[in-house]
Amino acid sequence: MGTEKTGAEITIEALTDLGVEVIFGYPGGAVLPIYDELFKQNRIRHILVRHEQAAVHAAEGYARASGKVGVVLVTSGPGATNAVTGITDALMDSIPLVVLTGQVPTHLIGTDAFQECDTVGITRHCSKHNYLVKETAKLGPVLHEAFHIARSGRPGPVVIDIPKDVQIMKARYDKPGTITHKTYKPQVKGDLASIEAAVEMLAAAERPILYTGGGIINSGPVASQLLRELAKACGAPVTSTLMGLGCFSAEHPQFLGMLGMHGSYEANMAMNRCDLMVCLGARFDDRVTGRLDAFSPESRKIHVDIDRSSFNKTVRVDLAIQGDVGSVMEDMLKVWRSRGHRPADQSAWWEQIAGWRSRNSFGFEQKGEALLPQKAIQRLYEMTKAKKPIITTEVGQHQMWAAQHFGFHEPNKWLTSGGLGTMGYGLPAAIGAQLAFPSALVIDIAGEASIQMNIQELGTAVQYRLPVKIFIINNEYMGMVRQWQELNHGSRYSESYSDSLPDFVKLAEAYGWKGIVIDSPDNLDDGIAAMLDHSGPVLVDCRVSKLANCFPMIPSGAAHTDMILSAADEVGPADDDAKALV
Amino acid sequence: MKHLPSERHTLSIIVDNEAGVLARIVGLFSARGYNIESLTVADVSADHDVSRITVVTSGPPPVIDQIMAQLERLVPVHRVIDLTEHGPHVEREMALVKVAGSGDKRVEALRLADIFRARPVDTSTTSFVFEVSGSTEKVNQFIALMREVGLVEVARTGVVAIARGPEAV
Ligand SMILES: Cc1ncc(C[n+]2csc(CCOP(=O)(O)OP(=O)(O)O)c2C)c(N)n1
Ligand SMILES: [Mg+2]
Repeated sequence: MGTEKTGAEITIEALTDLGVEVIFGYPGGAVLPIYDELFKQNRIRHILVRHEQAAVHAAEGYARASGKVGVVLVTSGPGATNAVTGITDALMDSIPLVVLTGQVPTHLIGTDAFQECDTVGITRHCSKHNYLVKETAKLGPVLHEAFHIARSGRPGPVVIDIPKDVQIMKARYDKPGTITHKTYKPQVKGDLASIEAAVEMLAAAERPILYTGGGIINSGPVASQLLRELAKACGAPVTSTLMGLGCFSAEHPQFLGMLGMHGSYEANMAMNRCDLMVCLGARFDDRVTGRLDAFSPESRKIHVDIDRSSFNKTVRVDLAIQGDVGSVMEDMLKVWRSRGHRPADQSAWWEQIAGWRSRNSFGFEQKGEALLPQKAIQRLYEMTKAKKPIITTEVGQHQMWAAQHFGFHEPNKWLTSGGLGTMGYGLPAAIGAQLAFPSALVIDIAGEASIQMNIQELGTAVQYRLPVKIFIINNEYMGMVRQWQELNHGSRYSESYSDSLPDFVKLAEAYGWKGIVIDSPDNLDDGIAAMLDHSGPVLVDCRVSKLANCFPMIPSGAAHTDMILSAADEVGPADDDAKALV
Repeated sequence: MKHLPSERHTLSIIVDNEAGVLARIVGLFSARGYNIESLTVADVSADHDVSRITVVTSGPPPVIDQIMAQLERLVPVHRVIDLTEHGPHVEREMALVKVAGSGDKRVEALRLADIFRARPVDTSTTSFVFEVSGSTEKVNQFIALMREVGLVEVARTGVVAIARGPEAV
């Protein structure tokens, strides 16, 4: 029998029991009791961000890099609403988070009290689950349950709204044993008969492809290892979504590169022409499928996912296996081996793939003196790869170039906002990743527009002595917007020019960062070397050619086979249906 | 998939009777653009811990399947049963139907009510409130007839449904 504790004490004790080491947050009236408890202890480290959105992205970065649950603490009202973008981002990309929000005291709820907002109402559909805790006695169990829900099944953000009086009132807290929830029971093991059927399909396939996604990263590093074994056993080519990069080594001969809108020609063509598609922890996102009625017309499709609602959502599959992708791949390998399978003859298939590969779709042509963004990222990769860096990105062309030209070899090294596409994600995510791995090289590959969305976090990095690097691909445009305006809107650059840019070096210096300018191919390597030489945080303003576009590209609403490989490819004006797509 | 012919399905959703659960369900339907033709909810266990929500929805079979999967994903949802798929089941709804009038119309209203086994639950010299229950079509039909004899207003419960036979679903 424990003695009674305040809700704030229970919160900190439960988080400690749950193994939480870091909280990202920002104080305010409705969470002061919890902040007071944080002050009195030293087991949990609190990282004070400069904006609540950044707290959530930092927690996402921490979670994605470490595989642990990211924890956020913000106040009621504006604290909670500022966190909403990050929470939605985590939902879309299946990132495990627990977000604690303060709330006005229970007797004031519903009165439009100062800094009151309907946090559970607002976050109901952008969180995996949420709670309004009305009694202190429930706080401990809810916290433990929230962690269980956030990290199991398809991971996601869980919000716990805690009224201030609940933080102050007392109740008993007992550390619970294993959590079993009466209704929430994610299915981890795949159905064996279906797995056997999948193995037989894979063994018989002449043109198979493994279409892998972020689910493999979420399943843990073992899943990436299993994927490598499965690929070796079946000999199939492997492609990956944006979110899955790193689950298979970019330099492996079986890897076709990323697929989808800005994916490689060989990956998209192989998806289109395969006779068997094995989707492992991916979800047939519209960026991946292109035009649905032309998506991989000749293939049978197997889909492995922990979330049943991902099956047949947009693409009908022939065999759906619900379960953790790591566990299912493990069982697939067991069956494959016990049946002594050898892959079918895929030589014609690999010949075809070699033909598509020879188009060198990620290639780019150095013309004149310009510093090409692709070149900058390529050199950044080559000069840092030995250090196994963790790369975060913002959103735009630079993000896609990073996905194309930076090679990833291990899971948890690539942190990007895929589903929501949130500009401003990269810097706070890098801060979170750096906290999880203090001695790792962490680089945010940024755009000059995106970086300004959470630029205030330069201060956070300095406060906690985090040697984060920012590499701005500065093209003075919201390049991705400009590219779409060229494709769909007669090159009318409506509001897509990055006017009145700050002097990024001075800005960096004002915050106590080192600032470096790279402005020609001649000082590219030196600039990168200088960035790597500096032990503290560095911002690199890499001024690249302004009008480069990101290719290859499947225009919205087009089929995989209608890829534009370079700017020279003839494209007609987009019709209204295509223009309506995003 | 959305171009396939639409079907009407009656779903039973067994949920934890906790705050906000109805908002989760209804919000899911609106956020994902699914139809709700009718919705009823009440707690159904002795300890008031479990509620049963009956939703009549419509959509092509893959969409119905997606609705089920999305509902099952919600943390407080115990089970979702597609009664239309499940097999024989009983669907009922109740309506309170107010008619006003005098003379022949009043007599005719009473006579029709009798045929539909609708009970007057409130009477004044110029009006009746009838309680009618049955299938949606029967209730619709009754209301349509009442229009001709002085219908004033209607309150309906929406469909509740349960599978036939001795077993719980
Ligand atoms: C918060 C947010 N607002 C708007 C957008 C739409 N958007 C997508 S890319 C982009 C331009 C990004 O510009 P920049 O950061 O300079 O990157 P570039 O494309 O030039 O590499 C915009 C505005 C977005 N993704 N996120
Ligand atoms: Mg830019």
